Amino acid sequence: MIIKIENLNYIYNPNTPFEKKALDNVNLNIDKGDFIGLIGHTGSGKSTLVQHLNGLIKPTTGKIIVDGMDITSEDANLKEVRQKVGLVFQYPEHQLFEETIYKDIAFGPKNLELKEGEVRERVKKAMELVGLNFDDLKDRSPFELSGGQKRRVAIAGVLAMKPKVLVLDEPTAGLDPRGRDEILGRIQKLYEEEGITIILVSHSMEDIARLVNRIVVMHKGKIAGEGPTKEIFKQAEELEKIGLGIPQITSFMRKYKLEGNKVRDDILTVKEAKEELINYLRSRGNA
Amino acid sequence: MEQYMIKMENVKYEYSSMGEDSQLMAINSINIAVKKGEHLVILGHNGSGKSTLAKLMNGLLLPTEGNVYVNNMNTKDEDKVWDIRETAGMVFQNPDNQMVATIVEEDVAFGPENQGIPSLEIRKRVDEALRIVEMTEYKKHAPHLLSGGQKQRVAIAGILAMRPDCIILDEPTAMLDPIGRLEIISTIKKLNKIEKKTIVHITHYMDEAVEADRVLVMEQGEIVMEGTPREIFSQVEKVKRLGLDVPQVTELAYELRKEGINIPSQILTVEELVKAL
Ligand SMILES: Nc1ncnc2c1ncn2[C@@H]1O[C@H](COP(=O)(O)OP(=O)(O)OP(=O)(O)O)[C@@H](O)[C@H]1O
Ligand SMILES: Nc1ncnc2c1ncn2[C@@H]1O[C@H](COP(=O)(O)OP(=O)(O)OP(=O)(O)O)[C@@H](O)[C@H]1O
Ligand SMILES: [Mg+2]
Ligand SMILES: [Mg+2]
Repeated sequence: MIIKIENLNYIYNPNTPFEKKALDNVNLNIDKGDFIGLIGHTGSGKSTLVQHLNGLIKPTTGKIIVDGMDITSEDANLKEVRQKVGLVFQYPEHQLFEETIYKDIAFGPKNLELKEGEVRERVKKAMELVGLNFDDLKDRSPFELSGGQKRRVAIAGVLAMKPKVLVLDEPTAGLDPRGRDEILGRIQKLYEEEGITIILVSHSMEDIARLVNRIVVMHKGKIAGEGPTKEIFKQAEELEKIGLGIPQITSFMRKYKLEGNKVRDDILTVKEAKEELINYLRSRGNA
Repeated sequence: MEQYMIKMENVKYEYSSMGEDSQLMAINSINIAVKKGEHLVILGHNGSGKSTLAKLMNGLLLPTEGNVYVNNMNTKDEDKVWDIRETAGMVFQNPDNQMVATIVEEDVAFGPENQGIPSLEIRKRVDEALRIVEMTEYKKHAPHLLSGGQKQRVAIAGILAMRPDCIILDEPTAMLDPIGRLEIISTIKKLNKIEKKTIVHITHYMDEAVEADRVLVMEQGEIVMEGTPREIFSQVEKVKRLGLDVPQVTELAYELRKEGINIPSQILTVEELVKAL
């Protein structure tokens, strides 16, 4: 187990008119090597939860253990925590602060006191991973980029830290489809090759469906459900009731089955749907 | 020209900070006419110039070359700045750039207040706008303390309360949950169909583009495809080459056709595909 969250509660602005209970007795275990999808309606507490994981927010009450280390204790070494857990923020603008893209991405690795050559290598590799051209862009200001380009810089900054646990809060919001597929594809490759643990927060049920092996559902600050991806997406009605949904392709297969066609309805990707339908249509004999 | 809400003639835009060595124009010789009451969707990969185009459409940026007209008013005409902003309201890509007040309802009221609307009417509009985006229970909250999706809803309410004839939305659903997205899209559709608002909607979600009257695809500051959603998305290969995508059911239909299964090539929705099979 790489992350253990026990009885976690978080209240924003306690004892003020803006008091808000954002996390309500959250208990969660994440195994090493898991690829978790964290879903929930807007305001359900996802960002609040993941910001706890690298010590950015301290619990009101409760305990969080990351890789054997109690990060909620008074004397927790936050530098060490941030090296273990890399967090890409929901709004990348909040993560960019240096005058050039190079400096921005190099900031984390430099803090690890790596040699200049190693820092440069990491920046280059990270930019390559997110599809930003090193020579063209390294000296440009991150603030003069388009929305999607800024997001890539923010992701690169975290990848350059080589964290054990990678937490991505809506990493593809604002990315164009190819950029989204590229970055998610590379994250998946990173996952497969480096054996890291990933937590992906996303409103895109399509992205969640094709990447993660487990889903955690949040609703009003509580964990409302947890399980393997296929199991969770079988519960379409329940998900819709709490602001969520299922991928368009899954929804199509369910409707098609309801019309009396004997096909599987736990399909998660276009590829799976294609195979299932070709078999079905050929067996029906109209292809 | 009366029938056009927005007209762009040979418009070019270059960011001054792009540097002398850069040959890149953010917008390069664009001609567009957006009809009154039209629902236009703009697609294109990151950095293709969509947000720049949107800002040119309500005078936030002025063209380096060429002219932009909003309801017949040239955006270069300094006397018309306020009329133009009142006619064409914009929801920005990052809602943080749009929040001005410290309380949600004041933020939503900011636009109509500047328009000099009587306060009773403002009250009505603010309540209605917050109801449409389902943020009524947060009206006394501080906007900067909201979640990402909640901020986006407030930003949309702020524009709704101004009741502009034309609404420009730059990725309005990027941070919304699936049901929230459906709600905003149905709100946009209602504004267009019932209130006859002109809508310019920038998005990376292909299933949202399906709802439009017309789709434009941008690439390096130019318009490279134009047509109805059906015309655009039936060109699966070309759309993908431009770094975009098609709805999942459109892709499935396309893949099945390639395998020799007999279905129409212009499927856009779940219902259409169920029927076709
Ligand atoms: N700084 C803050 N002060 C007060 N309340 C806050 C603050 N940040 C978030 N909240 C509230 O806490 C709740 C949880 O917010 P959080 O940002 O964790 O949601 P989320 O699930 O990430 O939502 P989204 O999908 O919109 O990003 C929301 O009701 C939000 O309004
Ligand atoms: N303030 C700025 N200064 C200099 N260049 C800029 C500025 N804003 C954008 N650019 C550049 O202009 C081009 C067009 O940017 P724009 O923001 O219009 O793209 P976009 O299509 O909206 O992209 P996205 O999908 O990422 O939001 C890009 O090459 C971008 O890097
Ligand atoms: Mg969030
Ligand atoms: Mg943009």
